[in-house]
Amino acid sequence: MQNWNLYARGDKIFAIVVSILIGMFTVATLYPFIYIAAVSFSSGFAAQAGKVVLTPVDATLEAYGYIIKDPQFWISYRNTFIYTIGGTIMSLLFIIPGAYALSRRQLKGRRFFNLFIAFTMWFNAGLIPFFLNMRDLNLLDSMFGIILAFAVNAFNIILLRNFFEAIPQSFEEAARMDGANDFQVLWKVFVPLSKPAIATITLFCIVSRWNGFFWAMVLLQSEEKIPLKVFLRHTISNLSDDDEFAIVQTAAGFSAETVTAAIIVCSIIPVLIVYPFIQKYFEKGILLGGVKE
Amino acid sequence: MADKNLPTDGRFTRLFDHFKREWQIYAMLLPTIVWFIVFLYKPMYGLQIAFKDYSIFRGVAGSPWIGIEHFQTLFGNDQFLRAVSNTIKISALNLLFGFPAPIILALMFNEILHATYKRTAQTIVYLPHFISSVIIAGIVITAFSPTLGIVNIILGWFGLDSIYFLTQPQWFRPIFVGTGIWQEAGFGSIVFLAAIAGVNPSLYESAVVDGANRWQMMWKITIPSILPTILIMLIIRIGNVMEVSFELVILLYQPATYETADVVNTWIYRQGLQSGQYDLAAAGGLFNAVVAFVLVMTANTLSRRFSRTSLW
Repeated sequence: MQNWNLYARGDKIFAIVVSILIGMFTVATLYPFIYIAAVSFSSGFAAQAGKVVLTPVDATLEAYGYIIKDPQFWISYRNTFIYTIGGTIMSLLFIIPGAYALSRRQLKGRRFFNLFIAFTMWFNAGLIPFFLNMRDLNLLDSMFGIILAFAVNAFNIILLRNFFEAIPQSFEEAARMDGANDFQVLWKVFVPLSKPAIATITLFCIVSRWNGFFWAMVLLQSEEKIPLKVFLRHTISNLSDDDEFAIVQTAAGFSAETVTAAIIVCSIIPVLIVYPFIQKYFEKGILLGGVKE
Repeated sequence: MADKNLPTDGRFTRLFDHFKREWQIYAMLLPTIVWFIVFLYKPMYGLQIAFKDYSIFRGVAGSPWIGIEHFQTLFGNDQFLRAVSNTIKISALNLLFGFPAPIILALMFNEILHATYKRTAQTIVYLPHFISSVIIAGIVITAFSPTLGIVNIILGWFGLDSIYFLTQPQWFRPIFVGTGIWQEAGFGSIVFLAAIAGVNPSLYESAVVDGANRWQMMWKITIPSILPTILIMLIIRIGNVMEVSFELVILLYQPATYETADVVNTWIYRQGLQSGQYDLAAAGGLFNAVVAFVLVMTANTLSRRFSRTSLW
């Protein structure tokens, strides 16, 4: 259908123009990252003077030197890993058995339970009642609170339930003949057959945990519990109007902006490392998500 | 007869047998149901503070009812009304510019023949979706900074004065909506690319026989074929009008730009979580949730008409 050699002249011109436009959009997507990296490796003076456009000016590692000496940077980096790994495991512990139960025809009240869960996608109590509830539960400033309170969402459960429902009965029957109970059927039949769906959900969980910011900012007070994103936010809002810092930075080769840029780079690197591996899953996942109920 | 109202022995036994046989699936469901009650339904019960004079010490149940006083305050509050209007305006801009962007992108990707070039470009444009709003905000703040920001550097090349964009109300919405397109247009194109992939190839083949060019095929075949997908995505968008990504607003706005930037959720955040006026803020939240609920339900009903299956 699409064959360059069969293209008429007009079609060739059209294809070339489109390729150039896509190229421009791609460069525009990538450029801010390159620019931030360039700022992070530039001296504070060069950055302040507005000299950094594409490559580092007066290349230096001063900004990185400043952040790796800050123990808070490492603490929040570690916390981000704890929230991501702990949160994702917690999510799967709820979602996999929950979705399995909801996919069973013999479950009494199945329609009700499905509606009970789906309703939360349409109606949400909002920020204030959620916050007050967390306070009543004594989960303010608690790492476990963050891990538990954001473990489940209706969308992920429904996505996996749909996938489970599509598994043919015959797979299960063989296991039942061998005397398997529901836990065994789930673990030995459903989970292995649902690897793509579970991988997709795991990916959604990891991404939302890694990026989670708002509630961590609202719920956590102790510095030793905050994740990297909250630390970055503090850095952005504090550095620029901190006089003491201004004096220090004049002597050194970094500035508020180069330090911010360096933290951004450090926080993006893990995403860039795993990104190529996850790509095939999210394309599948977004399409799975489109086939609801 | 008295025993008419009682379950018969048979029904009891059957129910008992059912739970005895199937207890495992109920055990698996229980944690999830409890989680939904504790973290999502209990706050809905707590929403009653929107109609109460809430005090921390009395708690949700113990605080006295005051009727719709908070709602009267709300609709006489210029800041709240401004936030509602800003939310709608930002959503409208998102719809106008942010909605067509992924469709155009998908149509363009469809015209690219070189597989590696296409793949590489796709990989790159999907990336910003996975980046946290804090980082996006950090990038925007740096890029639009009056001293070192690349935007002002470029303005300088043309001899223009530097602008402190993020302190000027008239610049907030263009920057916010533009950032949204930069971050989400690529990822949003996946849905439309999948729809394009599902178009019947024989349609194109007969168009080639008829001597149609690519431009005509795009308008006469591709776009009409993906129209149902476009409609459904449009309906979902309209259903989410109240959902402006307020995380990014909190990170990018400042008192100088509240005039154009403050949305309902950021107003609730300041009023409730920062100033401690929980009841009034919860009333604002309830208003927001009810409007959103009505919109989503309407969207779902509409989408049923366009596609056999509903959205849920």
